[in-house]
Amino acid sequence: MTTLTPTPAGPPDLTPDSTADTRALLAGMDTRRRVTDKVMTGLVVASFVIALIPLISVSWTVLSNGLDRFNLNFLSVSMRGVFGGMDAGGIYHAIMGTLEITALAALISVPIGLLAAIYLVEYGRGALAHTVTFFVDVMTGIPSVVAGLFAYALFAVVFGPGVRFGVVGAVALSVLMIPVVVRSCEEMLRLVPNELREAALALGVPKWLTVVKVVLRTAIAGIGTGIMLAVARVIGETAPLLITVGVIDSINFNVFDGRMMTLPVYVYRQYSQGLVPCNDPAAICIPTINYDRAWAAALTLILIVMLLNLAARLLTRVFAPKTAR
Amino acid sequence: MAKRIDVKDLNIYYSDFLAVADVSVDIEPNSVTAFIGPSGCGKSTFLRTLNRMHEVIPGARVEGKVAMDGVDLYGEGVDPVAVRRSIGMVFQRPNPFPTMSIAENVLAGVRLNNRRISKGDAQDLVESSLRGSNLWNEVKDRLTRPGSSLSGGQQQRLCIARAIAVRPQVLLMDEPCSALDPISTLAIEDLISELKDNYTIVIVTHNMQQAARVSDRTAFFNIAGSGLPGRLIEVDATSTMFSSPREKATEDYISGRFG
Repeated sequence: MTTLTPTPAGPPDLTPDSTADTRALLAGMDTRRRVTDKVMTGLVVASFVIALIPLISVSWTVLSNGLDRFNLNFLSVSMRGVFGGMDAGGIYHAIMGTLEITALAALISVPIGLLAAIYLVEYGRGALAHTVTFFVDVMTGIPSVVAGLFAYALFAVVFGPGVRFGVVGAVALSVLMIPVVVRSCEEMLRLVPNELREAALALGVPKWLTVVKVVLRTAIAGIGTGIMLAVARVIGETAPLLITVGVIDSINFNVFDGRMMTLPVYVYRQYSQGLVPCNDPAAICIPTINYDRAWAAALTLILIVMLLNLAARLLTRVFAPKTAR
Repeated sequence: MAKRIDVKDLNIYYSDFLAVADVSVDIEPNSVTAFIGPSGCGKSTFLRTLNRMHEVIPGARVEGKVAMDGVDLYGEGVDPVAVRRSIGMVFQRPNPFPTMSIAENVLAGVRLNNRRISKGDAQDLVESSLRGSNLWNEVKDRLTRPGSSLSGGQQQRLCIARAIAVRPQVLLMDEPCSALDPISTLAIEDLISELKDNYTIVIVTHNMQQAARVSDRTAFFNIAGSGLPGRLIEVDATSTMFSSPREKATEDYISGRFG
């Protein structure tokens, strides 16, 4: 090829040889690296797909099993007077119970958790801070049923054995929620650049106002997300609520008195009742009604968590630091 | 409005570590005093003791006397918050509040302190402060835009506007131009010469030409070795320091023989 072209293109000192050498240097096939690259890319994609399978599978199962029963009537009535294979009954009482108890748990946990995180990041030094951190870690590992027993035992001291009402459940959930709130808020507060604290202090702003108006304000989006994750963590808890709030078929709005139904407990309860024996051919009887209700309630629970997540995202978008665009 | 600061026998510690030893220096009102010296010699640390920002770091403390117009800033009953209001500070890296607009950043000293201010007064304060930092003409049409939308040099001038909006008597600047390009640096240097009429200015700089250009007096800090405290070697009128310093170390540093 080179013999056919008398003068190579380009500068005079550029010989075909040197061009070929450079090409070999730059475009040489490092086969080993390319193979590794392909294999690792394949692994990463495969792991991602494997991680997605359960998520999609769960969503699909819950949707396909739950959509049958999921309708406005199901959402707006309780289980009062429903028995056997009757084509009736709903989860209104469980939705209200879950919302009230979870809201109350958040009301207890968020101030405590946020203040503890502020203490750890902005003020805590030495032994006390280490102790708090240690016990927050320990609390993260408490099994939820133990939290339930703890709350029950706490209230049983005052109200006697067998005590069951909404607040007890909220306290049990708080025990699970506080460490999560502390941890996530702590992370978020530590992300706030120290320069902003110094900027505020150097303007003659007292420390507490610096914390409230600069540090919290800057971190509010992350804190909101953290609190949402904590809520999502406890809204599906079953065991502590079974112990502390119990089971009921009718509507009870009062968290200070009497048993309440909650969605996870409702799912468990319906599922554990199993198939209905339908002996009378004249009556309307659905043998799988309990399973259907359990799936529809599970679907509702997932939807509630999704809605809360969306709401939190909208809120944090409003509060997020304004970036140059 | 500008005040003088007299420092006497100041030792600065981080926990047990003596970082800066035995500094005595007088900072004249309505003048620019520059601190120069190699990295790690304690210029910034010393600067931060002048408005009690040093003690924000856990374990940090000082011994000695820093007096503003005769009042010891570390004396009994002196409120560090009040000290920082009268002695403002501009940092090395521009640090506007990311959650606030340009105007809100200027008003930060007022708003963060929960002080009420009428809308008209707020507008006047924003305009006068931004004019004072030579930024008004560049941002007057976009005061509601985020502070972080400005360029680095503009952000630094925004930080200066924020500092002077609190109406301090003294303005401390910790290498205010080290993150900026030459044009922005020039803008800030011009600004420093203007601010001198109303404020006492102390500036830390690594750039000796900058010290020569903007300052009336220059203080040279040096450190004998790592682990040893930084010391104030000499302080004099800038022209004297750059032409005929008394100390050999100063001459070596200024002529670029070390550091």
